[in-house]
Amino acid sequence: MQDFAFLRPESVAAAVAALKARPDAKYLGGGQSLIPVMKLGLSMPSDLVALAGLTELRGIRRDGKTLVVGAGTTHAEVAASPEVRAAVPALAELAGHIGDPQVRNRGTLGGSLAHADPSADYPAAVLALGASVVTDRRTVPADAFFTGMFQTALTADELVVAVRFPEPEKAAYAKFPHPASRFALVGVMVAKGPAGVRVAVTGAGPCVFRAAPLEAALSGRFAPEALDGLAVPEAGLVGDPFGSAEYRAHLVVVLARRAVAACA
Amino acid sequence: MPTISLKLNGAPVTVEVEGRTLLVELLRDRLGLTGTHVGCDTSQCGACVVHLDGRSVKSCTLFAVECDGREVRTIEGLARDGELHPVQQAFHEAHALQCGFCTPGMVMSAVDLLARHPGAGEAEIRSWLEGNLCRCTGYENIVRAVKAAGRRTP
Amino acid sequence: MSQDGIGAAVKRKEDRRFLTGAGHYTDDLSRPGQAFLHVVRSPFAHARVKAIRADAARRAPGVLAVLTGADLAREKIGNIPTGWLIHSKDGTPMVEPPHPALVTDRVRHVGDQVAVVVAATRDQAREAAVLVEVDYEELPAVASVAQAVAPGAPLVWGQAPGNTCYDWTLGDEAATDAAFAKAKTVVSLDVVNNRLIPNAIEPRAALGEYDRATGDYTLHTTSQNPHLTRLLLAAFSFGVPEHKLRVVAPDVGGGFGSKIFHYAEELLVLWAARTVGRPVRWTAQRSESFMSDAHGRDHVSHGELALDADGRFLGLRVRTVANLGAYLSTFAPAVPTYLYGTLFAGCYRTPAIHVSVRTVFTNTVPVDAYRGAGRPEAVFLLERLVDTAARATGIDRVELRRRNFVQPDQFPYQTPVALQYDSGDYGATLAAALDKAGWAGFEARRAEARTRGKLRGIGLSTYVEACGLAPSALAGALGARAGLYESAGVRVDPTGSVTVFTGTHSHGQGHETTFAQIVAEKLGLPLDRVEVVHGDTARTSFGMGTYGSRSLAVGGSALVTALQKVIDKGKKIAAHLLEAGEGDVVFEGGRYVVAGTDRAKTFAEVAFAAYVPHKYPAGLEPGLEETAFYDPKNFTYPAGCHVCEVEIDPETGTTRVVALTAVDDVGVVINPMIVEGQVHGGLAQGVGQALLEGALYDDAGQLLSGSFLGYTMPRASDLPAWQVATRITPCTHNPLGSKGVGEVGAIGSPPAVINAVVDALAHLGVRHVDMPATPERVWRAIRGAAAKG
Repeated sequence: MQDFAFLRPESVAAAVAALKARPDAKYLGGGQSLIPVMKLGLSMPSDLVALAGLTELRGIRRDGKTLVVGAGTTHAEVAASPEVRAAVPALAELAGHIGDPQVRNRGTLGGSLAHADPSADYPAAVLALGASVVTDRRTVPADAFFTGMFQTALTADELVVAVRFPEPEKAAYAKFPHPASRFALVGVMVAKGPAGVRVAVTGAGPCVFRAAPLEAALSGRFAPEALDGLAVPEAGLVGDPFGSAEYRAHLVVVLARRAVAACA
Repeated sequence: MPTISLKLNGAPVTVEVEGRTLLVELLRDRLGLTGTHVGCDTSQCGACVVHLDGRSVKSCTLFAVECDGREVRTIEGLARDGELHPVQQAFHEAHALQCGFCTPGMVMSAVDLLARHPGAGEAEIRSWLEGNLCRCTGYENIVRAVKAAGRRTP
Repeated sequence: MSQDGIGAAVKRKEDRRFLTGAGHYTDDLSRPGQAFLHVVRSPFAHARVKAIRADAARRAPGVLAVLTGADLAREKIGNIPTGWLIHSKDGTPMVEPPHPALVTDRVRHVGDQVAVVVAATRDQAREAAVLVEVDYEELPAVASVAQAVAPGAPLVWGQAPGNTCYDWTLGDEAATDAAFAKAKTVVSLDVVNNRLIPNAIEPRAALGEYDRATGDYTLHTTSQNPHLTRLLLAAFSFGVPEHKLRVVAPDVGGGFGSKIFHYAEELLVLWAARTVGRPVRWTAQRSESFMSDAHGRDHVSHGELALDADGRFLGLRVRTVANLGAYLSTFAPAVPTYLYGTLFAGCYRTPAIHVSVRTVFTNTVPVDAYRGAGRPEAVFLLERLVDTAARATGIDRVELRRRNFVQPDQFPYQTPVALQYDSGDYGATLAAALDKAGWAGFEARRAEARTRGKLRGIGLSTYVEACGLAPSALAGALGARAGLYESAGVRVDPTGSVTVFTGTHSHGQGHETTFAQIVAEKLGLPLDRVEVVHGDTARTSFGMGTYGSRSLAVGGSALVTALQKVIDKGKKIAAHLLEAGEGDVVFEGGRYVVAGTDRAKTFAEVAFAAYVPHKYPAGLEPGLEETAFYDPKNFTYPAGCHVCEVEIDPETGTTRVVALTAVDDVGVVINPMIVEGQVHGGLAQGVGQALLEGALYDDAGQLLSGSFLGYTMPRASDLPAWQVATRITPCTHNPLGSKGVGEVGAIGSPPAVINAVVDALAHLGVRHVDMPATPERVWRAIRGAAAKG
C-alpha cells in the first residue's frame, strides 16, 4: 500500500478545506470500504482526512417526523439505537445485518453512501425511504444521489454530514446475502410513506434502483399478493457465478413479496 | 512519520508509525504481539480481531494512526494474572479450537458478544460469528463454548 | 491404567498457548537482518515468457535481489519432483513434465512463479515486484476437464497428447461386462465432483536461513510433513546431504492436505537466503493462496450400477476424467487412482468392478490431496448411484444398502478392487445412525415443513474408506516413491519423565495430548510427565508426517512399539534390582512387580537406575531411550453412516442443512473429545463441498473464485449442530486397534447431503443436483422439473 499523510481536522469545514487543497486526498470514515480498496491498490490517496473525531457527524435524533442520522454513525450504533428502532425499525434491522459485527463496529452510514457499492445495503434504505442526503453544502434527494456503479452525486470534496429519513408508515428490508461476501446478492427495501410506496433494489443491478412495476402494483394494493405474476426485466441486471441476471430478477420479486409481508 | 500513543493491554505505548501501517502490522511486526493473526486480505476471516475501546474490530482494516489516544486489547491481554478469561477457559473445556489459528480472533469476537448479550443463544452466537472463519472445528464446539461462557459471565 | 489414558476425554495440553496468543506459527518468527521475498506470479493461464526485465526492480529501494528461472537453471537447482509414478493401462509410465520453482520460458497457470524479489522490508519487496516487467505472449489455454479432452484442444505440455497424463484402470473389465450382461436393472449417473480450495486459515509461509560458516540450511515452513520436504529439497533441489538441511514445521494453522506437498516457495526462500546472505521470509497473502495452494477434487465421472432382480449389486463401472492442473504436485498421481478406484466396493459385496481413470493436465493450479483425497469422490459417486438404483428398483434405500452389505462374519473381506477390509459392522453403524437421526419419524417432519412452504428431504450415505497410509511394500508396488511407515522415539529422563519424538505432525489434531495419553496408558504416568515433540527434522527420526488419517494408526502404533521396547528393557533392570528372574517380573500400573509378591520398583526408580547404573545388569547398556519404526500391515478401514436432513426454500432454492447425524466406526478411540472434534470439522468441509464451495475458472483460465469474496467458506450460520457418535470394531492388524478419524466427516457427508436434496425435490421429478447445490442451481432444478412437468 502506498503511504499517505494522515490529517485530523477538528471541524467539517476544516475537513472540507483539507480535501479542497489536496486533489488526491480522501475522507476516511470507518474505513471498512476504503481500506480494503486501498489494500488492493485500487485507491492510492495522497492524504487521508480522518472524520472519526468530528462531533458534527455524530448523533441520531428525531426532527418531527424525520429521523436524522449523523454520517459518522456506525452501523452498530444505528442497529442498537432506540430512536431508530422507534422511528424506522426496518433501518435498524438493515443496519444490524450489514457485513459482520466487526464491520458494523467501524463502518459508517456516510462512508457506505459515499462508496456506493452496488451490493451495499444502506442505499436501498435511503432510496426506498426517500431520504435526503445532507452534505456540507447542500441537501441531495435520494433519487438524485446514486448515479451509477460506485458513483454518486457528490463532488470530489463534498462530505456527507447526515441523512434525513422521513418516517414511513411501514417499511421492511429483505436481503438475500451473497453466500461468500455477505453483501446483498439482492436486497429489496419496501416502504409506504408520505411519498407513497417505494421499492428500492440493491445488489441486482450496477446501481441501486427503484422497481417501478412493483411500486405501481403495491400502490394499488399494499399486500404480498399484489406482486403475484409480476416480473422484473433481467435486462440491465448483473450476473455472476453466484447469481445470473435471470435469477436475480426472480429474487427481486420474491424478496419484495417477503418485505411487504414483513411490513404487516 | 506520525507518533501515536495508545493504551495497549492496559499499558501505555508510544510509537512512530507510517500512515499506511495497519494496526495488525503494528502489533505483529513492531510490537511482537503475534497472537493476532492474518488469514486473509479481504477483511473477512476475522483472525485479526482485537478490541478497540472495548469493541471488536478487524485490526487488518484499521490504520494504527486511527488508534491514537485509544485503548487496544489483544488476545495477549485477555488473561489476568495467569488466569484464563472465562471465554478462553470455556474454549479449552469445550474443545473449541484445533489448529488454534483462528482462535484469538474468535475469542476476542466472542468476548465482545458476551459483553453485550451474556445470555446469547445458539442462533445469536452463530450469527455474531459471521465475521470469523474457522476451517477446523465445524463451529459446533465454538458455539458451545460461547454459550457456556455466557452462562458463567456474571 | 492412568485415568488420562486411552479412552479418556482429556482436555488438550496444547490449548493454552493458542488461547493466549503464545503459539509460534511460521509467520510469527522474526530474525535479525531478515529480508522478505515476494513472488512475481503469472496473470495468464498460459503464455510464453519472452523476456523478463528486472533492472528497475533491482534499483528500487531496499531490493537485495531479483531472481528468475534463468538464475535457477544456471545454479543447477533441481526441479520439484512428484512422489508417485502411475502407469497407464498399456504399461507406459505417466507423462511427468518438469516442475521448476521458477519458470523459464512458459507459464502454465494463473499464479505460476515467474520471478522473486527479495528486499529489506515486505513493502519494498511488494513495491519492487510491480517494477519487474515480463513480456508475455498469451497462448490458448484449457481450464476444465471438458476443455482439456476436446479434440484439438491446446496442449498444456507438448509431451502429453490429448493433455493426458495417464489412462489407468483397475478391476476386471470382462467380469464386469459379464455382470452387466446378466443384470435386471442398470442405472447410470453423470456427476461432477467440484473443485475445492483447501483454505486452511493460516496462509502458507516459509523462513529460509543459510549459515555460510557451516553450509547448513534451515527452513521453517507450514508443513504437514517436514521430513519429506527435507528429502526432496536436499536430494532433488540443492543436492546436499540431508544433514545439511533442517526443516521445522512449528505450529501450523490447519492443513487439510494442502500443506503436505513440497512447494516452490520453500525452495525459493532457502535459495534466496543463500544468495543474499540474510534470513528470508515469505508469507502468502490469501489471494496468493488461492492461486498457489494445491486445489482438491475436480472429477467428471460416469458411473453405472448393475443389479439383479432382488436388488443385489452385480457389477459397477466407473469412467472418470480427473483434472491434475498444470503440474504434478507431490501426491497428485495417487489421488484419483489408488485413493479413488480402490474405494468402489464401498460397504458392498459387488463382485465385479471396473474403474477407468484418465487424468489430464489443464492450465490451472495443481490439484492434489484435500481432506479425503480420492475417497470422497468415490463415495459420492457410489452413494449417489445406490440412491438412484433404489429409486429405479423401488427398493427402499436403506434396505437396498443392507441387502448388499459385507456382513460382519465375512471379514477379512477381499474386494474386487485390491483392498482387503479387516473389520467392520456396517449394519450396526447404519442402525445406530438411523436411530439417532430419527429416520423413522421423518415423514411427519416433511409434512410439517410443507406447512411452512419448505421442502424437507432426508438422505443417507454408508461408506468405507481406506486410510492409515500405508504398507510400504504395497505402496511401492503401486507407484509410491517413498515408504509410508512412521517413526517414534521415547526418551525417558532419569527422573522418569518422558519425551516422545514422533514423525507425524500435529496441526490441529491434538497429538501432543493423544500421544501423551498413549504413554500415560502404557507407562502409568500422569500426562504432565510426558512431552510430545514433532515437526523438527533435527529432533525427530525420519517420519512421513500427517495426512491420510495416518497419525494414530501408523504413528501411534510406532509409539506403542517403542514404549514396549522401553518397558522390556526396564523389566531387565527391575528384575536385577528386585533380584528376581526377568520372567517373574510384570509391569502394571506403572510399577514393575515380582508376580505374586509386593516387591516392586516404580517406573521412575527403574529409569533412575538406567541412568545411574550403580546396581545394574551385566552387559546391559545404560540409559532408557528407544526408537521404533512401524510399517503397517494393511490400510485401516473406517466406515460409517451419515444421515442428513435439509430444508429447501423452493422460491429461492436455498438449502439449509437442518440436521446431520454421523455414526462412524473409527476403531479404538484414544480421546473421544478429539475424535468428535475431528468429525465435526470434516462434516463442515463435507457440507461446504455439497452446498457452498467451488473453485471456478473461466474458459481462459482466469480464477473467478480468487478470494473469500468469491469462494464460499462455511460459516457458523451455514451449519447445523452436529450429532455424532462412534461405534467401534477394532482394527485387527495394529497394536492400538485404531483406524483413523481425520477424513471420515468429509468423506461420508457430501452424498448424504445431496441425497437429501434430491429426496426433497424427487416428487418434482428432480433426479440429481450437482455440487455445490447453490441456491440458483437448486432453483433451476426445481424450475426445470416443473417445465418438464
